[in-house]
Amino acid sequence: MKSVKTVLIAAGLAALTLAGTASAQTAAAPSIVTASPAATATAPGSGQSPATVAAPDAAAPAAGAAPATQPAAAAAKATIPEFYGPTAGIGQPTDKIALQAQVTDLGHQAEWFHNDVLMPIIVIICLFVLALLAWVTVRYNRRANPVPSRTSHNTLIEIVWTVAPVLILLAIAVPSIKLLAAQYSIPKPDITVKVIGHQWYWSYQYPDNGDFEVVSNILTEDQDKAKGEPRQLGVDNRMVVPAGAVVKIITTSDDVIHSFAVPAFWLKMDAVPGRLNETWFKVDRPGLYYGQCSELCGARHGYMPIAVEVVTKDQFAQWVAANGGTIGHGKPASSDATANSPISNPTATTTAPTPMAGAASTPTENATAAAKPAAQPATTN
Amino acid sequence: MTDTTANAHFFQKEEHHEHHGADHKPGFFARWFLSTNHKDIGTLYLIFAITAGIIGGGISGLMRAELAHPGIQYLPMWAHFFGAPAGNDAALHFWNVMVTAHGLIMVFFMVMPAMIGGFGNWFVPIMIGAPDMAFPRMNNVSFWLIVPAFTLLLGSLFVSGGTGNGAGTGWTLYAPLSTSGSAGPSVDMAILALHLAGASSILGAVNFITTIFNMRAPGMTLHKMPLFAWSVLVTAFLLLLALPVLAAAITMLLTDRNFGTTFFDASGGGDPILYQHLFWFFGHPEVYIMILPGFGMVSHIISTFSKKPIFGYLGMAYAMVAIGVVGFVVWAHHMYTTGLDVNTKMYFTAATMVIAVPTGIKIFSWIATMWGGSISFKTPMVWAMGFIFMFTVGGVTGVVLANGGIDNYFQDTYYVVAHFHYVLSLGAVFSLFAGFYYWFPKMSGKMYNEFLGQAHFWVFFAGVNLLFFPMHFLGAQGMPRRYPDYPNAFAKWNAVASHGYEVMTIGMAIFFVNIIWSLIAGKKAPANPWGEGATTLEWTLSSPPPYHQFETLPIIDAEDLHGRDRRPPDRV
Repeated sequence: MKSVKTVLIAAGLAALTLAGTASAQTAAAPSIVTASPAATATAPGSGQSPATVAAPDAAAPAAGAAPATQPAAAAAKATIPEFYGPTAGIGQPTDKIALQAQVTDLGHQAEWFHNDVLMPIIVIICLFVLALLAWVTVRYNRRANPVPSRTSHNTLIEIVWTVAPVLILLAIAVPSIKLLAAQYSIPKPDITVKVIGHQWYWSYQYPDNGDFEVVSNILTEDQDKAKGEPRQLGVDNRMVVPAGAVVKIITTSDDVIHSFAVPAFWLKMDAVPGRLNETWFKVDRPGLYYGQCSELCGARHGYMPIAVEVVTKDQFAQWVAANGGTIGHGKPASSDATANSPISNPTATTTAPTPMAGAASTPTENATAAAKPAAQPATTN
Repeated sequence: MTDTTANAHFFQKEEHHEHHGADHKPGFFARWFLSTNHKDIGTLYLIFAITAGIIGGGISGLMRAELAHPGIQYLPMWAHFFGAPAGNDAALHFWNVMVTAHGLIMVFFMVMPAMIGGFGNWFVPIMIGAPDMAFPRMNNVSFWLIVPAFTLLLGSLFVSGGTGNGAGTGWTLYAPLSTSGSAGPSVDMAILALHLAGASSILGAVNFITTIFNMRAPGMTLHKMPLFAWSVLVTAFLLLLALPVLAAAITMLLTDRNFGTTFFDASGGGDPILYQHLFWFFGHPEVYIMILPGFGMVSHIISTFSKKPIFGYLGMAYAMVAIGVVGFVVWAHHMYTTGLDVNTKMYFTAATMVIAVPTGIKIFSWIATMWGGSISFKTPMVWAMGFIFMFTVGGVTGVVLANGGIDNYFQDTYYVVAHFHYVLSLGAVFSLFAGFYYWFPKMSGKMYNEFLGQAHFWVFFAGVNLLFFPMHFLGAQGMPRRYPDYPNAFAKWNAVASHGYEVMTIGMAIFFVNIIWSLIAGKKAPANPWGEGATTLEWTLSSPPPYHQFETLPIIDAEDLHGRDRRPPDRV
């Protein structure tokens, strides 16, 4: 992973130079719409249309979120920096027979549980059953054993094949419960990002940084190609978080249920209208990580990817500034920022529930705080 | 298993009497449209299920064609063919419509009618020594409710479902996508289709429970009842308890959609997650509804072709009861990413894993039944053995998915798709084919072609494994379900899976050739083509059985014990 870092920065620089042109294209969405029929001749239904058609939607919330600090919102958008490009084999799918490479501690723990506990057990069970079937086929076929036995009971063996699975399941249950406890032990968050699912794009609010909002739409196939991003996964505006910071994610939706998923973080949380779901991650390695919406949400369910860019603190400060946001005490990852921001108060009650906190402090408790999202679902398209 | 072979001559004598008086079949219309005969209704159900299976399987073929390569190839064309409005969104919506239709058709109109309506109707009354079902006319109502249900569902494909034609909500019909997210009458039609199908199943369940509790032949106690009858009994209870919950949930969807209620709408004080709880309270028992009768059939087939009584009969029966009971308290493992709190997730993780224990008992008991047997590998037997292995593979990935901490990686990925197709498409469907070949001679009076049956098995086996095994790899890399297009990294295994579908199609072609050939030119089937291993009552009747069987009830030997030596004294 360390060796990759230098490559990343190089790729990041390349991406940075491209970013200006790509963003400019997005800002000029209407013109793309008119141009698209010719451009999409090769791929009639793919990425092209979703991005371009969604662009008008995207423009509205973006303009609505930014004006408080930055009147010339549209102009500012065009200069938002991107630091990292994709890295082969990290943060995006491959055609390998394995889980995606994990970059969080929780991901490593879950990966260990899956690869070193569950997989050996299930493979052995399958091979065991296959071996028994092969044995009875060879030993007890009609020719090898013309006279069948009459055995239909054997208390000992029936107890064995009841108790043995129980023991195996106990062996699985212990690390499984530990993993769950770890996933729900949320450390004190350094930054909170509110992830809102829409039909069919994501938006990210940064309550600790002046409450600006980033609207994230899928790129067209050509834009992906131009930026060197994988088809179907690139977005125009990424969710950006600082490396090494505990990032609290609050998911919700303003229409139907979506699901925010980043496989490399071992993270998936439904975005449910009228509810605030909470989860978290901490990634040390800067880079670009992709995910895709993971709950059927309508026609363009397959066209609202997630791109999380993990950057250094300085880069994050730069990015926040470009979005017209603020950073408390000049330290984006400071916990003071969370505490001092008035915006974060509504969510303060859900901060860091203990793992065994029980139903009273579930991540979903504060549905009342979310009167806004459910108000106007995009019902009739 | 109940031993009844010794009484065979007794029934044969009865039938000769029946042929004179009771075997009087009604005319064509009265026989097939006003039927009250459990065997005829069973046949109707099987024909219906095969028809629905062809449609549902055809839809999956369209999906595999589209997924064979990255990018969108055929969707706009197909959407246009189905009369969708122009535009890419309507085409993409059509993808969701196919996903939804495939799921609903296979669950409600293929597997359930075949297992319970088809084989259950045909063989439960015969196996327990009853002349017919307890409520023959209600049995007819059950069947004739499922036909309009299917018609409604198919009709929903051609009317507006919001973004395009058809219901594109997924078979789970999650609110708010199925309420405020889908304008137009399509989803209403799909919901009403489920209402009718549910009513049909509830009537069927009532009928089976009454029949099994009240109409067993003298001497056939519950603990002597064949395992297939046990499996249908447990299934009927699951249906009776689970389906009303589904009916309530989808009725609330209907009123949310049309009458301004807000059961599942947060802006009116409702909760979309409530719908998921209600749906999966039905949905999880539903998956056992689809597999339990298969367990019963496989038990008979393994026992028959091993020439041994089933190993651990009581354990087998009560393992099914245990699976049915525990199946009602694990539903939220379908909802691990919805924001459940940690204690809830821990409970559902533990409870879900418990199901592996009775399932393991069944797997090992089947193998123990074969152990020491004298196995002949006829077509039904190879399907049953294929079932055991494939169900094991699907079962162990279920144990992986049971872990809440693991599931938030795999939830809604192709790993889940692979898992439930291994237990259904390779589990339930394998058991259906096993049962079909096992009972085809009994139902039709003709022997199937053994070579074609074996060829069907091996081609189908290769095809579905090629089709579904790579989906584990796709899921491990995070490919989400219900996507018409995907990043190029997923291209390789998707291409393999689509080729697997092609191979499977060849297998199905062999199956249909076999059926048609056998019905026309098959050898006449004897009363018991399987020999001494086949001990249940249906093998004491002619093939096909008389129109009304058991006008004089058979008497089951009260002294008979499970596993008693069945061979005549001179062969001991």
